[in-house]
Amino acid sequence: MTIEVSPELTAPPIESTTAQTDTYLSSLLAQRQPLDPQVLGTETAAFVQDLRDRATALAQELTIPTTREEEWRFTDLSPLRTVQFTAIEPGQSTAGAEQISGFVLPESSLRLVFVNGIFAPELSNLQTLPAGLKVGNLAGQSDSLKAYLAQQPGSEEIFTVLNTASFSDAAVVKVDRNQQIEAPLHLLFIAVPTSTPTIVHPRCLVIAETSSRLTLVEEYVTVGTGVQLTNAVTEIWLGSNAEVNHSRIQAQALDGFHIGKTAVSQARDSRYTGQAISLGGQISRHNLEVHSTGEQTQTSLNGLTLATGEQLSDTHSTIGFSKPYCTSQQLHKCIVSDRARAVFNGKVFVPKAAQLTDAAQLNRNLLLSPKARIDTKPQLEIVADNVKCSHGATVSQLEEDEIFYLRSRGLNYQDASNLLVKGFAVEMLETIPVPSLHQRLTTQILSQIHL
Amino acid sequence: MIIENSEVILSVRDLTADVDGTPILKGLNLEIKAGEIHAIMGPNGSGKSTFSKVLAGHPAYTVTGGEVLYKGQNLLELEPEERAREGVFLAFQYPLEIPGVSNLDFLRVAYNSRRKHQGLEELDAFDFDDLVRERLSVVKMDDRFLDRSVNEGFSGGEKKRNEILQMALLEPTLAILDETDSGLDIDALKIVANGVNQLTTADNAILLITHYQRLLDYIVPDFVHVMEAGKIILTEGKELALELEARGYDWVREEEVAVR
Repeated sequence: MTIEVSPELTAPPIESTTAQTDTYLSSLLAQRQPLDPQVLGTETAAFVQDLRDRATALAQELTIPTTREEEWRFTDLSPLRTVQFTAIEPGQSTAGAEQISGFVLPESSLRLVFVNGIFAPELSNLQTLPAGLKVGNLAGQSDSLKAYLAQQPGSEEIFTVLNTASFSDAAVVKVDRNQQIEAPLHLLFIAVPTSTPTIVHPRCLVIAETSSRLTLVEEYVTVGTGVQLTNAVTEIWLGSNAEVNHSRIQAQALDGFHIGKTAVSQARDSRYTGQAISLGGQISRHNLEVHSTGEQTQTSLNGLTLATGEQLSDTHSTIGFSKPYCTSQQLHKCIVSDRARAVFNGKVFVPKAAQLTDAAQLNRNLLLSPKARIDTKPQLEIVADNVKCSHGATVSQLEEDEIFYLRSRGLNYQDASNLLVKGFAVEMLETIPVPSLHQRLTTQILSQIHL
Repeated sequence: MIIENSEVILSVRDLTADVDGTPILKGLNLEIKAGEIHAIMGPNGSGKSTFSKVLAGHPAYTVTGGEVLYKGQNLLELEPEERAREGVFLAFQYPLEIPGVSNLDFLRVAYNSRRKHQGLEELDAFDFDDLVRERLSVVKMDDRFLDRSVNEGFSGGEKKRNEILQMALLEPTLAILDETDSGLDIDALKIVANGVNQLTTADNAILLITHYQRLLDYIVPDFVHVMEAGKIILTEGKELALELEARGYDWVREEEVAVR
């Protein structure tokens, strides 16, 4: 079965400007831990404190969104509100080397690890940094680098504000001008929950200077059990003619909550390729925002969502153009089983100035059970009159005849279904330029589905 | 080849079957012994393809009566995959495309599921690779078809060759070829027929379901059956195919009525 979903143009979202104090939000803000000048250095601590204070002030005018807001229409955060999250004090919960061994990528020794938002040098491996690549936490970073923090458009969105008001440190990556970094850099953010629900705010800043090239794996995982809300923000800056290949893997525990922002700014002639894989969380949301600021940028977004059991997994993407001759192509796939729900909302803004934009978007969905649900909404806002923009959405199920064909060759029902699901997912997974990660995710996806 | 006292591979007695509540097979009888090649011919809608799907265990077809014994055991109580592992193979009239699944992986999984069932060691990727490359020659297939998704973007002839390649790997005891010749040009037909002939032994049996006598010039059957309205109404030697080609099916129907 294949259903073509007709175009739907919608008005821009109404920004929430409620001045009324959100007590739940206040309780989350109250959890922030004091900054540690021992870790960051006095100067950096003061810099972060200033960012935090400004964000805290901004948060007074914001609220945790409800389904009455267009941007959150399909994602009800009420279950989140029933949980009282507290901060994790530094050192309260840690992970050992043996617990992260399963996440180590054999293709790369470059690894930066954060545990509950705190830099874990003992788990990181930064000994063999190639020339022209700087990787570390915020301590000792130059003012010019720090000045990029919280500067992406969209920084005033509530969960980003909450992160900026609360983060204690950040992963920082910088590739110097003209440097081509071949080995993938692994940024591993580990949630180590405790017996009571906790909230952490991982933060990441990536700068690829003019004509540089970087392959990045940003991965969120959980070690141990317990409920955690991970509220992550990653800001990526591509200088002119820079190239970044970015795999974002959200494979956290199924009982946790994950809200993540990926904000990408692309200067002229830059090329960004992103793979966003979302597997974990009882409620998860990925806000993916690409801001093209120059001519001839290329953007390629690949996404794969798996939602099983009672999961709700939401991806909201935005690509905003501002200059001519830019291209984007996006393919987002969702696999939904049991009583799970997936949401895909894909915005593309093409203003008057962005003539000759070529933007294609496709959302393909595989529903594995009658109670599984997908809400998909393309949202194109095109003002320029000489552009090529397309979008589409399909919904399908496993075909009985395909299963029979495989069974007639000796595969049992489960293996036949697995092979078909794998076939659906592989198009997205094989875009990940790290084969071991591709394999690990395939195994995880198949073990998470019970047909 | 007809062999005296050879093992009965397939024995079908008074088989009746429905699809969506509509009776299609209405008392079909057939016996196939090891070494034999049988051809079933008949007009559209006579139930030929339904018969092949019932033998393979397609869930959309419901058997309502009769029995099917495969090497003495009740075939109908086996799941489709169990039938395959026991050596029943259906070459599909319209092989399905499976996007995202490489042909090589698919062939290996299928091959190993049969090996495992036979109590043999499964082949790893390297050994299987050697085997499959050797078997490609049976159907003169290029090895670039191994890396492509199963049947995706294959021409009609390539799909049919891929079916025979699967047959060459699985080495079935009973191969049912459902209109494997339909839509093939003469060159592709020769390749497919030549492949099937290479796989014919004294221990296995082949059931050809076809619309056209042309196939039987290249795969010579021991028996030709005419199917009509859900049962076999006439069985003769290979000459029958030529007669059907020349005279059509109407005379068979009339003779059957006359016999009654």
